[in-house]
Amino acid sequence: MATKYETVIGLEVHIELATESKIFCSCSAKFGGEQNDHVCPACCGMPGMLPVVNKHVVDLGMTAGMMLNCHINRVTTFDKKSYYYPDLPCSYQTTQWFAPVAVNGTVRINTSKGEKDIRIKQIHMEEDAGKLVHDDWTNTTFVDFNRTSVPLIEIVSQPDLSSAEEVVAYLERLRSLLRFAKVSECRMEQGSMRCDVNLSVRPEGSKVLGVRTEMKNMNSISAIERAIEYETARHIDAIENGTEELVQETRRWDDIKGKSFAMRNKETAGDYRYFPDPNVMPVCIDDEWYDGIKATLPEFPEVKREKYINELGLGEYDADLLTESRALCDVFEAAYAESNLAKESANWIISNCMKVLNRKQMTPDMLNIDGKSLGKLIKLVADGKVGNANARKILDEMFENDIDPEKYATENGFIVSNDTGRIQDVINAVVAADQKSVADFKGGKEKALMALFGKCMKELKGNCDPAVLREMLLKTIQ
Amino acid sequence: MELYLAKQDGQKGKKIALDDMILTKDMPTTAGSKMLENYMSLFDAEVVERLTASGYAIGGKANVGEMCIDLLGETSYYGAVEGEDGTLMTASAMLVKNGEADAAIGLDANGTPRRAAALNGLVCIKPTYGTVSRFGTVSIACSGETVTVTANDVSTAKNVLDAIVGHDDKDGTSLPEEKCAKVKAAEFVPAKRVAVARSLTESASEAIKQKIADAVDAFKANGIEVVEIDDSLLLTAKNAWNILMSAELCNNVSRYDGVKYGYRTKNYTTIDELYTNSRTEAFGELLKTAILFGSETLSDYNYMKMYDKGLRIRRVLSEKFDEIFESFDAVLMPASAKSAYTKADTEENKYIAYDENLYTAPATITGVPAVIAGGVQLLGKAFSENVLLDLAKKLEGAGK
Repeated sequence: MATKYETVIGLEVHIELATESKIFCSCSAKFGGEQNDHVCPACCGMPGMLPVVNKHVVDLGMTAGMMLNCHINRVTTFDKKSYYYPDLPCSYQTTQWFAPVAVNGTVRINTSKGEKDIRIKQIHMEEDAGKLVHDDWTNTTFVDFNRTSVPLIEIVSQPDLSSAEEVVAYLERLRSLLRFAKVSECRMEQGSMRCDVNLSVRPEGSKVLGVRTEMKNMNSISAIERAIEYETARHIDAIENGTEELVQETRRWDDIKGKSFAMRNKETAGDYRYFPDPNVMPVCIDDEWYDGIKATLPEFPEVKREKYINELGLGEYDADLLTESRALCDVFEAAYAESNLAKESANWIISNCMKVLNRKQMTPDMLNIDGKSLGKLIKLVADGKVGNANARKILDEMFENDIDPEKYATENGFIVSNDTGRIQDVINAVVAADQKSVADFKGGKEKALMALFGKCMKELKGNCDPAVLREMLLKTIQ
Repeated sequence: MELYLAKQDGQKGKKIALDDMILTKDMPTTAGSKMLENYMSLFDAEVVERLTASGYAIGGKANVGEMCIDLLGETSYYGAVEGEDGTLMTASAMLVKNGEADAAIGLDANGTPRRAAALNGLVCIKPTYGTVSRFGTVSIACSGETVTVTANDVSTAKNVLDAIVGHDDKDGTSLPEEKCAKVKAAEFVPAKRVAVARSLTESASEAIKQKIADAVDAFKANGIEVVEIDDSLLLTAKNAWNILMSAELCNNVSRYDGVKYGYRTKNYTTIDELYTNSRTEAFGELLKTAILFGSETLSDYNYMKMYDKGLRIRRVLSEKFDEIFESFDAVLMPASAKSAYTKADTEENKYIAYDENLYTAPATITGVPAVIAGGVQLLGKAFSENVLLDLAKKLEGAGK
């Protein structure tokens, strides 16, 4: 009987924190910009600059720790890690080695095999490195320090994962939790979420771990999935058929070739000479700070989902869609609080708001309209004060400017009119101008009525109760 | 033999010489190294801004030994400074002594400014760690290095010190203003009891012992009680600080890699060659030794028995000083083993600066203030500068 194998996987996930400025200086931490635009003497390694910790980085490190059920170290310290690489201007990285901000957490994942808890070893805060840009034309390498000292957290899991499916579930869970807590946007394509996979293979039931390799350079979840499947097969092949000797090494995943390759190893297998950074005093987290962060933690998405279904009566599909993004939940909850109309609030977000987002090529996380105003708008529609078409125009405006929907509707003549005299005038004019449709309708063509109805509605700019218009129109023709 | 590596004239006010470890945006800052030849900072050090704001004139940049870790500036890429009698001395001490500068600002990582002041009969204050901003100083050993003031007399040194002491948000180790205010207080505080460090004094030359004896006499003549104490624990400061200093130095100078600024070798084809050859060609021998030693102390297999132990000794020494300062207002000790050094001394023992740390490391590693006057050294508890300066007043004029 063929031996069965199990894969043992641990992940190191780097996440760029959603702060305005860098970790030790006041340069912008935003993605993009011209090369070396977001740079000062501190983050390009000039002498004389001293690091001063950005407190918001610690806030987000603690938040991440709490979201992943970690113990928060009340005294957390920064340490220096030395290695030479041109994208690291000081030739050391300031990170956390001796007392990371958070330790011993768990993340619960859901796969086809059911629920499983993945243990988190630690979360530490550190600074990112810059980027090397190679110009083949001049055979020159340039350094871009924009990303240098952008704050990161690294989430280190225990080797509790055993398949690509579990890894995907784990990463998606991390992404959902950290986006919900506004720790990071977690965009793999922009590099704000990066993942190194430590993998080994052993016969099922064996207590001894196999030879471990570390894979880097996967920039999408599907690439990670492919890399794990490839690497697992390579290990099993090596064990069973002796195709190659497995060694502990770092490998680079090439997603186009669909293969992993050993990285230059001898020189980089490093002694990083960690030591406490004497320029950064230990960060002491007192009860006030700790409790303050705790109070800002959002409900977990699944808690919201249950509430939406059981208390607010939303369908599962709607609840799933809304709880994919913290921004959608925030707008939904504010709109509901204002309008007291749960289903309508959900519908407005899922259909109308999503349409606008798509048109603007924005993601749900970027929804930034005022939920309370949306609630007011939904109420105006429900009360029959504003027609649907006009309400969508008001929504468009809400994406651009901070407006009061009722005031805006009034100013733009969007309020439904009950002036029957005006309606009758319009009907009379339309009927007089389109006798053909009147004749068609009388001849039995139902559609002709719709044409007349549409013309009247257009003339009234939509500000008319459709039922009233239809009734008056019928009366006029007959 | 250039005392000033860069000079600036025409400013009004008392003239300050800056050791070339202090960054200035209008003059190059070399740290005495070929690596930073002609390096121009984009900003002034905090001490420079404070001095200028207080009406002092920056005379220029004084030549220093490479990264300021040698005995008396002898390792400067720009040449050693020697007196007429062939004795070594730092450029800033000579400028102050000659009257070419009213005071000098230095960076004390390895005791050099204090040593130079003691050998030249000058006054030098190494204030409590954290009371003067290190923003804009070339970092060497951040956990202990301190900006110092050297002058011909106590009152000039005190005035310059007052101008530079204070909290600075740009330095994460800078102490709050209310603590700095204790150092800045105008009133000198008389001491009642002074301890003499027995074994440190014993280890020094006869000439130095005589200076200690003179200081003891001067204190006694002023009604101060003087008691010899067992200081054997303080002898451990030397090795502990040599470890911490070299490790931090190795890490701090690793940014000088030839990639971004400073010296770059012409002889490279790969990035590793660029690093190695730039550093090989631009760093001097003592600095290279310190880098290799520091790197060793931080390596995986040495960390616990060297660097970590160094940190533990720092704690033990701080506690020892707490204990001493419960009974005494100050500790009197030598600042060097001999009263003069020549190039022959540094050639005979290449690591003489590391050995001389025996006298300067106790204050550096613990961050307590130290004052040099009359050729001797006085240490006090944190923020007791005004006690030490009052004692120094009683030694003024002696020891030249």
